[in-house]
Amino acid sequence: MNFSSSETHDHETAVEVRNLSVRFGDFYAVNRVSFSVRRGETFGFLGANGAGKTTTIRVLCGLLRPAEGYVRVAGVSFDQGEQAVKSKVGYMSQKFTLYDDLTIEENLSFTASLRKLDTATYMRRRQELFDFIAFDRPLNTIVRDLSGGTKQQVSLAASLLHDPEVVFLDEPTAGVTPASRSRFWSLIRKLAENNKTVFVTTHYMDEAEQCDRIALMREGKILALDTPDGLKRSIFPMPMLEFDPKEPLSFAEISEMATHEVFMFFEPYGLRFHASFRSEDGWEKVRPFFEEKFTIRQIKPSLEDVFIQTVESEVA
Amino acid sequence: MSQMPVTISIHGIRKIFGTNPALDGVTLELSSGFMHGVIGPEGAGKTTLLRIILGLMKPTEGTVEFQRGGERLDFEAIRPSVAYMPQTQSLYPDLSISEHLDFFKELYGIPDDLFQEKREELLQITRLGEFVQRPAGQLSGGMYKKLGLMCALLRSPAVMLLDEPTTGVDPISRRELWALLYRLLDQKILILVTTAYMDEAERCGRVHLLEQGKLVATGEPRELLAREEVRSFDELFLKRNARS
Repeated sequence: MNFSSSETHDHETAVEVRNLSVRFGDFYAVNRVSFSVRRGETFGFLGANGAGKTTTIRVLCGLLRPAEGYVRVAGVSFDQGEQAVKSKVGYMSQKFTLYDDLTIEENLSFTASLRKLDTATYMRRRQELFDFIAFDRPLNTIVRDLSGGTKQQVSLAASLLHDPEVVFLDEPTAGVTPASRSRFWSLIRKLAENNKTVFVTTHYMDEAEQCDRIALMREGKILALDTPDGLKRSIFPMPMLEFDPKEPLSFAEISEMATHEVFMFFEPYGLRFHASFRSEDGWEKVRPFFEEKFTIRQIKPSLEDVFIQTVESEVA
Repeated sequence: MSQMPVTISIHGIRKIFGTNPALDGVTLELSSGFMHGVIGPEGAGKTTLLRIILGLMKPTEGTVEFQRGGERLDFEAIRPSVAYMPQTQSLYPDLSISEHLDFFKELYGIPDDLFQEKREELLQITRLGEFVQRPAGQLSGGMYKKLGLMCALLRSPAVMLLDEPTTGVDPISRRELWALLYRLLDQKILILVTTAYMDEAERCGRVHLLEQGKLVATGEPRELLAREEVRSFDELFLKRNARS
């Protein structure tokens, strides 16, 4: 599996994946995927549910053996044993990995013993991490009594206890409030400032916006990989417009517009619509007609627009 | 297959946990044919309100009344036409998607032909068609949510209460689920959703904003935004946060 090319490994690459495939029976969960992540980069992994994001992460954490491909994480390849990989990575899985019936202290000291940290190191790391997440609750609080947002931060602390070089966060913010999400992302930014590599999956496009680069995945394949701005430019070469209806529209009217040949993209967003056209000339011809019904202004495409256009067009 | 419209009247609901009021005097009228969105920060009382409407929890004070065609109904009489999707669902980890649908078909006593039609429609909308053999315990967070919604939608409910149905669901499936909810709304049913997505809030016919157990605003989204002098619900929340 590994064509041991450690000479070519440079210390600026945190994750390297070449032609990775994972198969469950006849089903390719991950299908010949290649990419690399720089050290200190915040790398977003986006895709429809079931696209293969979690499977990829599980391989990179040393939890799952790939069918094919070359994988190297924090300078360690699988040939050096899964344990070697595990000591270099932290993993916060989709379901919070804390025991509800244990206190915060019990959860963390349990994690510390799994990670074989000595007491002094554990105590020091615990303090560092509590300072890091600005945690001020009593340590004997039962985890069940914590809010979703606090649980998530303690989970993050647990995954960082052994000071990993690369941390994998699988939908860390699902189900918590916007305020907790923004707090969590300020922690991610702090990790990046400390040169930690953060590999994160999310369905929130405002979060994806904060990543250095993003990979968009569907059905086991990477469809696009670039910076958020780079993706927006390449997916939407023409300007993006916001259509604000002057009067409420019927469903029939909306459908008619959504399929109008002038648009390459026409999608509802809240009370308004985001639209991009195929050609400037085509648009100018129909513009007066639309201006009767809508207040139109130019906006920047959102990553949600990018996601929909990329993943949808692949389906069609 | 149109049903007589149902109205839910919520009057003066208070719910005290220990010494904290989770709901503090909520009065609200929910009518059919609208998508009702209950929005508000964590701990505002959204889930508590849903649970009280469903009779899963008794209020400390206040009443919930169901009416159909102007006549008052016992909750027991309406129960079979109420679908509820809780935030955290208990599906069977060892049963596959297909087995779940079969199980709920039996449970709800859905005729074969109707079931086949619904099953196909729902699998297409949720894009779970190729995963029908996968056990629920091995589904991703978003797929699990979609399975829960499918199970709730197998029946043709008159009232649907959905607690954050799209949390953890990818942007495309999120849109498709909303399109599905709108299609259901054509049958003049009553849908109540809680959501943390402000674009979804804007797409509701009526929005009810809860804060610390109190209903602080209610109305048609555009009117509500105009009244608060903001362009979007995102802005509304930022403004309210800045004030408090």
